[in-house]
Amino acid sequence: MLEQTETVLQGGAAAWFIRGVLATLSVPLIILISAFVGFAGLAHESGLTMAETVFMTGVVWALPGQVVLVGSVLSGSSLAATAFAVALSSVRLMPMVMALVPEMRTRSTRNWVLLLLSHFIAVTSWVLAAERLPEVPRERRTAFYGGLGSTLVLVNMVVVVIVYLAAPHLPTAVSAGLFLLTPIYFITSLWGSAREHAAYYAMGLGVAFGPIFHMIAPGFDLLGAGLVGGLGGYALHRLFRREASR
Amino acid sequence: MTFSSYDAWWWPFAFILAGGWLATDSWRYLGVVFGGRMAEDSEWLVLVRAVATALVAGVVGNLIFFPTGALATTPVWIRVAAVAGGFAAYLALGRKIIVGIVAAEALFAALLLAL
Repeated sequence: MLEQTETVLQGGAAAWFIRGVLATLSVPLIILISAFVGFAGLAHESGLTMAETVFMTGVVWALPGQVVLVGSVLSGSSLAATAFAVALSSVRLMPMVMALVPEMRTRSTRNWVLLLLSHFIAVTSWVLAAERLPEVPRERRTAFYGGLGSTLVLVNMVVVVIVYLAAPHLPTAVSAGLFLLTPIYFITSLWGSAREHAAYYAMGLGVAFGPIFHMIAPGFDLLGAGLVGGLGGYALHRLFRREASR
Repeated sequence: MTFSSYDAWWWPFAFILAGGWLATDSWRYLGVVFGGRMAEDSEWLVLVRAVATALVAGVVGNLIFFPTGALATTPVWIRVAAVAGGFAAYLALGRKIIVGIVAAEALFAALLLAL
């Protein structure tokens, strides 16, 4: 066992970058690809061009943010309202980055490297990294994560291109099925990543208030659902916690 | 100023950069700057996570009840039944996302064929 660990320790930054690339081959990658197939289908049906969708995947690289962005485009939200809604949906990235960065930082790590790598942090790469980083020598972790993160982004940009090329040839029922991937993926992944009951209540309220605000105040629907559902979910969480502790 | 305000080829990309990239990567950069200085279980973060969850759930609700394109041609009860069935399968069979996806798609296909 010790000998094995020593062999693994060997190898330069390039070797660890390649190991990071190979570490993406996993079940989470299959789920992520199916989620991006769904997202590309959604963006295509929403009238975004292939270039816009590939660009968005590369620069945003956070599926909830991208779905909110497409949703805002669909409901004709202003740029300010869109940025606000996307920012709200992406807040969760900050604690994720905060949790991962100390594991990659050494005394000689430059800050710009970490800023660059932080762009790759999203749910799937975070889960994979949290799982694999402990077995990577500390000074090779940035190289390893660089390989892992950049591969996930590139693979899914290619997935978007493939879906766009295939979309015009798909029967309506298949396109509808692709579109349906996004809601079921998010309902299950949001439920799975919830850490406290507040998120369950917020999810239920959000699913209901999105369509309600869509009817009474389109353009404000996502922000409305987020604020009412989030504050309401948090309030219910506090209320039930107090009842339970009585 | 919406996504379709200007005809210029670069406007959608500028919109995506300002409304998407800046709004997302700012949080990642703040995370690098503040790495290791904030407790993940702080009450403030619970609230923030709830708002973020409800926001994405709001999109999900709109996709089910007011979809565009091909999905809009399907009856609303089939969409609700497929997603609800997939979610139920996810909860009942060990909380695996892949189970939820497969169950929802299978139910969706079966109901469309039965129609």
